[in-house]
Amino acid sequence: MTTGSLTAGRRWTARLPRRHVPVLATLVLLLVMYAIGVSQYRAFSNVQVIFNVFIDNGFLLVVAVGMTFVILTGGIDLSVGSVVAMTAMVSAALLQNGLPAALVLVIALLIGPTLGLLMGCAIHFFEIQPFIVTLAGMFFARGMCTFISGSSIPITDGFWTSMSQERIGNPRGNFVSISVLIAFAVVAVAAYTLAYTRLGRNVYAIGGNPQSALLMGLPVGRTRIAVYTISGLCSAIGGILLSFYTLSGAPLIGIGMELDVIAAVVIGGTVLTGGSGYVFGAVLGVLVLGVIQTLITFDGSLNSWWTKIVIGGLLFAFILLQRLIGIRYK
Amino acid sequence: MNDVLGRYRALTGQRLFWPAAVLVVMLAANTIYRPGFLSVEVKDGHLYGTLIDILRLSAPLILVALGMTVVISTGGIDLSVGSVCAISGAVACVYISQQPDQNNLPAVLTALAMALGIALVLGAWNGVLVAVIGIQPIIATLILMVAGRGLAQLITEGQIVTINSGPYRAIGLGHVLTLPLAILIALVAALLVAAFTRRTALGMIIESVGGNAEASRLAGIRSGRVVFLAYVLSAGCAAIAGFMMTANVSSADGNAAGLWVELDAILAVVIGGTSLAGGRFFLSGTILGALIIQTLTTTVYAMDISPQTSLLFKAVVVIAVCLIQAPAFRARFGRRRSGAPPPSTVPDQPKAQVPA
Repeated sequence: MTTGSLTAGRRWTARLPRRHVPVLATLVLLLVMYAIGVSQYRAFSNVQVIFNVFIDNGFLLVVAVGMTFVILTGGIDLSVGSVVAMTAMVSAALLQNGLPAALVLVIALLIGPTLGLLMGCAIHFFEIQPFIVTLAGMFFARGMCTFISGSSIPITDGFWTSMSQERIGNPRGNFVSISVLIAFAVVAVAAYTLAYTRLGRNVYAIGGNPQSALLMGLPVGRTRIAVYTISGLCSAIGGILLSFYTLSGAPLIGIGMELDVIAAVVIGGTVLTGGSGYVFGAVLGVLVLGVIQTLITFDGSLNSWWTKIVIGGLLFAFILLQRLIGIRYK
Repeated sequence: MNDVLGRYRALTGQRLFWPAAVLVVMLAANTIYRPGFLSVEVKDGHLYGTLIDILRLSAPLILVALGMTVVISTGGIDLSVGSVCAISGAVACVYISQQPDQNNLPAVLTALAMALGIALVLGAWNGVLVAVIGIQPIIATLILMVAGRGLAQLITEGQIVTINSGPYRAIGLGHVLTLPLAILIALVAALLVAAFTRRTALGMIIESVGGNAEASRLAGIRSGRVVFLAYVLSAGCAAIAGFMMTANVSSADGNAAGLWVELDAILAVVIGGTSLAGGRFFLSGTILGALIIQTLTTTVYAMDISPQTSLLFKAVVVIAVCLIQAPAFRARFGRRRSGAPPPSTVPDQPKAQVPA
């Protein structure tokens, strides 16, 4: 499929492969938005503004990476927001009961992938639509949150607070948190997996055409279950990062996060029918959302709901762009 | 013996059997837990009782699910219904709150017409995106789902608009002929949709578009127009449901009104036996599905469980119903389709097997 799309790209323009256009458009949009910010507000040019976007959205970045895997196979995972909340909630509750931090980390990181694995199995073996299965997963995880506790649980554990307050930076005072480094590590591993491993190739092949992938002898079932497990793992890591960020577990946190994540992945150029897209695009998508929020915060006169309207508008623009340049692998 | 088995299989093979069985089991469980559950009494010429409450509260969901059934049977999905509910409720409430006399019937009707009109425009927007531009339905309606919440908050300016209007309140809480008005509205809507789809060729046209849009276009059906109308209908139903939700609490909250109703509606449709892949649709199944969901919610409230935890039960029910209906699952555990080996066990066994 790679060669096919490349030759198709040549017809359109000699240099630019067509499937890179959405990602590049997002990059241009991001730069334009940053330029607007810098020209309007003097404080915007401070490097810390960018670092803060990363600090505030580190968990979203990780979750978006997991969602990219699922969407690349042509599926969807609605459970991510609830799994993030459940992971944070479980860690907070276990820490409150006095378990050692290392054990809590392991348990918290196991729950998400297990749920993902179960959902993947239901999708593959029983042929129920991903939408419905992950919807049930979303209900389940959100229900577990309130089952654990109806109100938010503070985290006072030493390891968690040190992870939350540690600042890595240069002498001039600009810094990032450890969460950002973890997020970058996840992005790097995911990008490598998608681009250079057998699993990654399988993911693209299934998204391109599951029937052909099966006829080619690719392990369709295993890959499909794997992507939901990966998404669950990423949500679990996202949940840990969120609990580092907020130092608490709250039952209602992350409601609607799945929409933000899907929006970020689409804005980042991943096609929802699967088969085309990059982890780098998801990073750009999350940054676009982050910069929109920062711009609205800097403005001060705009209300928070404008964020949603702008995100909706951007979604529309990018989907239209995908239609116009005619990415249709199916 | 063989005859009994055959009858059993014919009965469980009915598409409405399992949803109906789930509903009956839930009602029975409620009656055991609280013996007064089934009692219905007449007060001031109105019927009162838990059963009536369930009917009244399920009216918005039935409406939304009706529109959703038609959209899903065309092979699409409409995620924006919750936002449309919020927008229509917000428009109506904001208009009424600006009137000097909120009980003025013409003013309330103007508000309803205005909100319904806006909702139809939003439905047309969805329809154009899907039918004309050809965007995937799930993503086309995701745009309005995200942006619509923002719009609803824009209309209410982030406040919860409270109104005190008798006529508007009646949409949610009023009674006509001893029955709640809300359930009558839902019933009329259901009958209208059923009449249009089952007494004319429209239903078959919708199913053929859902089965294969390209083939039905070649057969001379204007697929685009059918799909477009499905989204407009869905938005219209959502708008009326939005009126009911806001009338129930006499206030419009851009954030909370209709939150997650799209998921409940999709669930109701799936429980009712309509495939998410499009094609054949079952309106009666959808209504049954909506009643199941509302009964579950009411049960959870009545048993003093936190409303959020009800999601846990919902997850179990969704998975159970979907598994029972999944052909792959039946083939593996039920062996009823193949017919050759007699069913050794009751195919009811897998009910609580998969937690999520």
